[in-house]
Amino acid sequence: MSDVQNQAHAVLEGPDIHRALTRIAHEILERTKGAESVVLLGIPTRGATLARRLAERIAQFEGLKVPVGSLDITMYRDDLRLRPARPLGRTELPPDGIDGMTVVLVDDVLYSGRTVRAALDALNDVGRPRAVQLATLVDRGHRELPIRADYVGKNLPTSKAEKVKVYLEEIDGRDAVLLIKEEAR
Amino acid sequence: MRHLISAGELSRDDALLILDTAEELARVSDRSIKKLPTLRGRTVVNLFFEDSTRTRISFEAAAKRLSADVINFSAKGSSVSKGESLKDTALTLEAMGADAVVIRHGASGAPHRLATWVHGSVVNAGDGTHEHPTQALLDAYSMRRRLGRLEGLKVAVVGDVLHSRVARSNVLLLHTLGAEVTLVAPPTLLPVSVETWPCQVSYDLDAVLPKADVVMMLRVQLERMNASYFPSAREYSRRYGLDRDRFAKLHDDAIVMHPGPMNRGMEISAEVADSPRSTIVEQVGNGVTVRMAVLYLLLGGSEPAIGGGA
Repeated sequence: MSDVQNQAHAVLEGPDIHRALTRIAHEILERTKGAESVVLLGIPTRGATLARRLAERIAQFEGLKVPVGSLDITMYRDDLRLRPARPLGRTELPPDGIDGMTVVLVDDVLYSGRTVRAALDALNDVGRPRAVQLATLVDRGHRELPIRADYVGKNLPTSKAEKVKVYLEEIDGRDAVLLIKEEAR
Repeated sequence: MRHLISAGELSRDDALLILDTAEELARVSDRSIKKLPTLRGRTVVNLFFEDSTRTRISFEAAAKRLSADVINFSAKGSSVSKGESLKDTALTLEAMGADAVVIRHGASGAPHRLATWVHGSVVNAGDGTHEHPTQALLDAYSMRRRLGRLEGLKVAVVGDVLHSRVARSNVLLLHTLGAEVTLVAPPTLLPVSVETWPCQVSYDLDAVLPKADVVMMLRVQLERMNASYFPSAREYSRRYGLDRDRFAKLHDDAIVMHPGPMNRGMEISAEVADSPRSTIVEQVGNGVTVRMAVLYLLLGGSEPAIGGGA
């Protein structure tokens, strides 16, 4: 049989991630005209961390405290029955809720779009935002649904055989985005 | 394990997964839309051969909040009163496509038998004097919410242990989760094999109370008593009832629990039952959350996420 060897190389390092998030924070401020009624909702686990980082940057730039929270989408997935039931992540909404606000969903990797679809369903059950936007650190393509991101850290052309893994300081002890190729020899 | 039949068969990791899942699901109960789409298209049958209000309604609410279809079946007014056997009832439910059967039965071991006949998951909602695992889970969950931990917690379970499936399930689960349980009852209301249970036994409530973090009062199950286990209700209440004076012996953070339904004035005085340190009402709310967690982990995926075997 063939030997499978994993080749991983970093497509984004710490400083690249830092710069990408800084740019996204500026773009959110620009697009939403000062982020007055913006709520940042991260999709656990790493999306929630990224949402907090974006909120910190917006606070630095404009001195504005943007409400930030997390939205777990596990119970809304369309592939629940393909795998054993999985542990739930945390949903934490800002105290004032999301009604009438512009919600920016934050995730680490945008791929098939199914996670975002589930997030839109989940949002529907927690309130009625004025608008929903999407920010992602990496867009790796291969969409299976009509979904696109409003803010992208890096567009990363990939093949379906590859894996994209995001590491963040707060969770993994370092910042990096790895592209992992599974090569059969 | 496709089934939840005994609290004793849950590993520590399984039990904690259920409690942690319930913790996240509790947040759903706070929002305006309490429903989740997760079990859409799945059917849960509540098969109740014994009277029950809170457990049946609790399971029904839990299944409905996860969007499952719920069929309620109570033995009264059903073909069981025409003499149908448990097995035939089970096969009928199977033919109707039940994904899970929640069973309450007067005979210990009925859920275990049922599990050998149906393909779906079986959840024990109380069988005779044997077990009531979801009650133990919701009790553990309530303790952890109030006191912040389970490890090392001193729990006194007081009263009719002999007829209590709640006591047995609690002893097994709390032992798994690292709490120390002391059973307190008159000798006539303790089962013969109690020395093999992983817990302490005492006949003296007043000696146990000052050290307890949790006091769980059990209902005196008069309907199961076919002999005289104590001289009079009044004497029982004097020695084993939790009244104001005994309540004062507890330390300030200790909580009082009761699985319900209560006999006020018998095992617990009204004043104690209604005190802010009593969790009796919140146990009911927690019951729905914990049962949602159990149903989600058994039915939510391609295969159950808790347990093994069976």
